[in-house]
Amino acid sequence: MTALAPEPTPASRLPGAAFIFKKALISALVALVLFSLMIGIRTEAGPTGQLIYWTRFGDLAAMVAIVFGGSIVVELLRQWWGPVGTTRLIPPSVKSTLAVSRRGVAPVLLVFTFLVPVIFYDQRYILDLGILVLTYVMLGWGLNVVVGLAGLLDLGYVAFYAVGAYSYALLATNFGWSFWVCLPLAGILAAFWGVLLGFPVLRLRGDYLAIVTLAFGEIIRLVIINWQSLTGGPNGVSGIPRPTLFGIPLTAGENGLAARLGIEFSPTQRIVFLFYLILALALLTNWVTIRLRRLPIGRAWEALREDEVACRALGINTTTTKLTAFATGAMFGGLAGAFFATRQGFISPESFTFQESALVLAIVVLGGMGSQLGVALAALTMIGGFELFRGLDQYRMLVFGVAMVLLMIWRPRGLIGHRAPTVFLRHSHAISSDLVKEGHG
Amino acid sequence: MSGDSILAVDHLSMRFGGIVAVNDLSFGAGRRKITALIGPNGAGKTTVFNCVTGFYKPTAGTMRLVHDDAAIRLERLKDFRISKQARIARTFQNIRLFPGMTALENLMVAQHNVLMRASGLTFLGLIGAPSWRAAEKRAIDLARRWLDRVGLLERADDAAGNLPYGDQRRLEIARAMCTEPALLCLDEPAAGLNARESAALSELLFSIRADHGTSILLIEHDMSVVMEVSDHIVVMDYGVKIAEGSPRDIRDDPKVIAAYLGADEEEAIAVMGSAT
Repeated sequence: MTALAPEPTPASRLPGAAFIFKKALISALVALVLFSLMIGIRTEAGPTGQLIYWTRFGDLAAMVAIVFGGSIVVELLRQWWGPVGTTRLIPPSVKSTLAVSRRGVAPVLLVFTFLVPVIFYDQRYILDLGILVLTYVMLGWGLNVVVGLAGLLDLGYVAFYAVGAYSYALLATNFGWSFWVCLPLAGILAAFWGVLLGFPVLRLRGDYLAIVTLAFGEIIRLVIINWQSLTGGPNGVSGIPRPTLFGIPLTAGENGLAARLGIEFSPTQRIVFLFYLILALALLTNWVTIRLRRLPIGRAWEALREDEVACRALGINTTTTKLTAFATGAMFGGLAGAFFATRQGFISPESFTFQESALVLAIVVLGGMGSQLGVALAALTMIGGFELFRGLDQYRMLVFGVAMVLLMIWRPRGLIGHRAPTVFLRHSHAISSDLVKEGHG
Repeated sequence: MSGDSILAVDHLSMRFGGIVAVNDLSFGAGRRKITALIGPNGAGKTTVFNCVTGFYKPTAGTMRLVHDDAAIRLERLKDFRISKQARIARTFQNIRLFPGMTALENLMVAQHNVLMRASGLTFLGLIGAPSWRAAEKRAIDLARRWLDRVGLLERADDAAGNLPYGDQRRLEIARAMCTEPALLCLDEPAAGLNARESAALSELLFSIRADHGTSILLIEHDMSVVMEVSDHIVVMDYGVKIAEGSPRDIRDDPKVIAAYLGADEEEAIAVMGSAT
């Protein structure tokens, strides 16, 4: 990056020493106020329960001095570096190499995913992590339809995940229906709830839409907690049947798959089966989304994100367009929920908190709204990364937060921010992210 | 205006709270004719447009779109149905393209309703039925023809937001025409265009009328364009119609001159004269 010659900055625009000093002083002052309580005074409960405290002015002074010095260094660096733009940060040569390698990323990733159970057959931990990552990839792709394509900010996506999970759990435990019958039903029920949510929020935009969807997510969770007779309340539903390979159970018994194939039974077989099941569901989500983008409905979603007024002038019924976006996203959430229920064997309302919605939304935003590959990469980084830093204990969240802030500085529109056209005459150029709208909700 | 009119606006009024934007306005737009709606800033022209295209519900009055067989009451239709049933298309004063989509995609979105039917409400399209593929191909061909007509074929795969201003204006007209309208409403199509582009615009409007039999209603400030293309001109000021007639009548109408350039008639006559 330093290979680029620094552009000569006009001398008149260079801030003088006084400016740097003033800036450093302000930073130091802010640090003093912040750290005086956090570092300057330490409190603890004494042996008899009373509050004891002692002061650490030495540490405080050191911190403030570091901030003061650091601020000067940063300011000097900034002068030497000059104005920061993406062209400076990523030279064109690096960019073109990235563009070439980017085309290979998706197939390589797909092949690798298929081979994961083969490579890591003995490592249960990796397989479980893989299933978790794929679940979030699927959720991310589902929410991507609503947030990324249609531009409707949905903070209550977990509601549909919950509807799908409870649909399967209750249908399977009460009526003994098989997973393969319940799976589409869970999707349809979730889509139905998506439409129900869609109706009241049709007229809302932006922040207001986000708040109502957030409330919807909470309502579903609270209903599940309180409707004890149906859902078991906080105790959840247990004993959810495991999925079968079209009727053949993956158990050690005589009818089990292992016995029928004449191989030795191992519990890993079920994990591998679950892995390929969620992989198939995720790929189905991906395939349908890619197809939908090239159909009029998908183009209408994207047009809605770009300009709703123009859509209406062109005769697009924005009501049904929004509802189909909600329903499609919700359906995929419901399918993922049914999978979640069958994998866990036990579900309770605790699994469907707002944190899940936020996590899935973060995956979509970090991945780049509308980008399928970006969402998959973001899910891998978020969920995989979370596990990677497990050794850091309480600093895990800190590392994670810093990584997210850095990513948002480096790539404000997500890992893959550009948009690929759905139809072209001659060449398919990627459309730069500054032209693509985020939607108004 | 008597005779064969495609749009008949009768006693149209539009109030926003206490403000009367349009007051008891009646006019007609002729079939296969170019009708211009002119007037000083704030005269209520765009409000009339928004009523005709369904974005506003008028406070009073009726608007009828007369097709061959039946008249459609526009004030009773929802905005998105105006394009579908009454076959009215419009452009906007400040261009409203889909900036993050390519020029071609913009024209594909315009054919939404046709394609939606062809894709069997998405289900046929999802399985890639041959009928859908054929319909999509036809839609791309129509879009390609219009891109060619407005001279944007070379830029078909570029993002609409990346096109120069004049190209965006023409693309918006092409997008409106892709809905195959009976009446095309253009809100200041020549705004921001240079003299050469304005001349090309006039040519385009003439060819649209000649080749497709589309009637055109336009709002315009550029008098050279108005005087050249219009068959009929309606002049508005403060929400009411102050004059109506052929370009020749309007140019000499003292009331129009007074409204346009205040009381200073000498100057007004000079401007109106130079526009011819």
